Amino acid sequence: MLPPVEEIKTQIEAAIPGATVTVISNGSPSAQHSLLLDHAHARAVAEFLRDHAEWRLDFCSLMTGVDWPDTETSEKIKVKKLVKAADGSESEQEVDEVRKTKVPGRLEAVYHLFSMEKKHGPVILRMRTADRGEGTHLPSLTPVWRSAEFQEREAFDLYGIVFDGHPDLRRILMWDGFVDYPMRKDYVPPPDDAVLPEVHS
Amino acid sequence: MADDLKELKIELSKNGIFTTTLEELYNWGRKNSVWPLTFGLACCAIEMIATTMARYDLARFGAEVFRPSPRQADLIIVSGTVTKKMAPQVVRLYNQMPEPKYVIAMGACAISGGPFRDGYNVLKGIDRYIPVDVHIPGCPPRPEALIHAFMTLQKKIEDQALAGADRPRHLNADLPSEFPVPSFGAHGLEPSSNRDIFTDATGNPLKVIQ
Repeated sequence: MLPPVEEIKTQIEAAIPGATVTVISNGSPSAQHSLLLDHAHARAVAEFLRDHAEWRLDFCSLMTGVDWPDTETSEKIKVKKLVKAADGSESEQEVDEVRKTKVPGRLEAVYHLFSMEKKHGPVILRMRTADRGEGTHLPSLTPVWRSAEFQEREAFDLYGIVFDGHPDLRRILMWDGFVDYPMRKDYVPPPDDAVLPEVHS
Repeated sequence: MADDLKELKIELSKNGIFTTTLEELYNWGRKNSVWPLTFGLACCAIEMIATTMARYDLARFGAEVFRPSPRQADLIIVSGTVTKKMAPQVVRLYNQMPEPKYVIAMGACAISGGPFRDGYNVLKGIDRYIPVDVHIPGCPPRPEALIHAFMTLQKKIEDQALAGADRPRHLNADLPSEFPVPSFGAHGLEPSSNRDIFTDATGNPLKVIQ
């Protein structure tokens, strides 16, 4: 049987020096918590999970991309400020101020691992890119699980995640000259394509 | 045919004399042997196959011979979602068919993109690139609907005049029988529609709301 994710994380970090694994908890009833891997050790962690004598996670059933666009959160905080009253006198009062925090977007790759031999799973791995612009590189796990090959190509095609170490990274669904990433949340279809002709409206 | 001639013809047939015109005979022959292209795109193709099988039996209308080559086909039934990646091939197949040739756009996807209309990968109706003779709504249309479309096409063929200004395209050397194949652009198909084909009833190109 698979131990809880926290135990898997501890064992990974014990076995691979320098690897940082973060548990991302899932609050829904399924409680499928996942493990966030760092880029440098992802390949080693994947091989460790695949070859582990008791876990034998030999099958990657799913690999997909997730787009997290840039978000802005705003929170109200109370700040002490000097306020001028109508008669010209100044006094210190508590004033509400809205503070906005920008959370930069990123792309994420998710892998669902099962064991054919031990009949258990899933263990969910995640990797995050630095941003959504230039730094969309992630290490490929295709050398560890061949089943990820086409799905990593799909994530490259539709999300623009570049998998370093992938044996054959080309677009798989869209044509070669296509420049957009249609599954990103800020994708805008070409203008005369997205709307209804007058006759239909 | 003039009305008095028609009356004469009916009158003669009442007396056991059968008359016809060259136009009628020619169109009668054409409409009863329309050979479709063996060409299916999605789930509508399953209904098209069912239409040809024993229960619905499209052979009753002379269309049982689905030809495996566009060079031998008279009719292309666009049965299913046309993806942008597939669209140039559909136009190319149509171009390879000899005149006279006809198009049935079968199902919501082929006529407008259907439920996948807002998809980045879906062509919003094959009538953007090739002239469609009969549109069938439905998702998917039942075999009866395809048969009805086929009978509508037969009626259309029957009514085509062999001479005169409104003669069909295959008898008018000035009208094109091939249409430009769209190419894969950076953001979508280029051009996004054929302005000569994608028109309203009066022949004006359809405007697209920006």
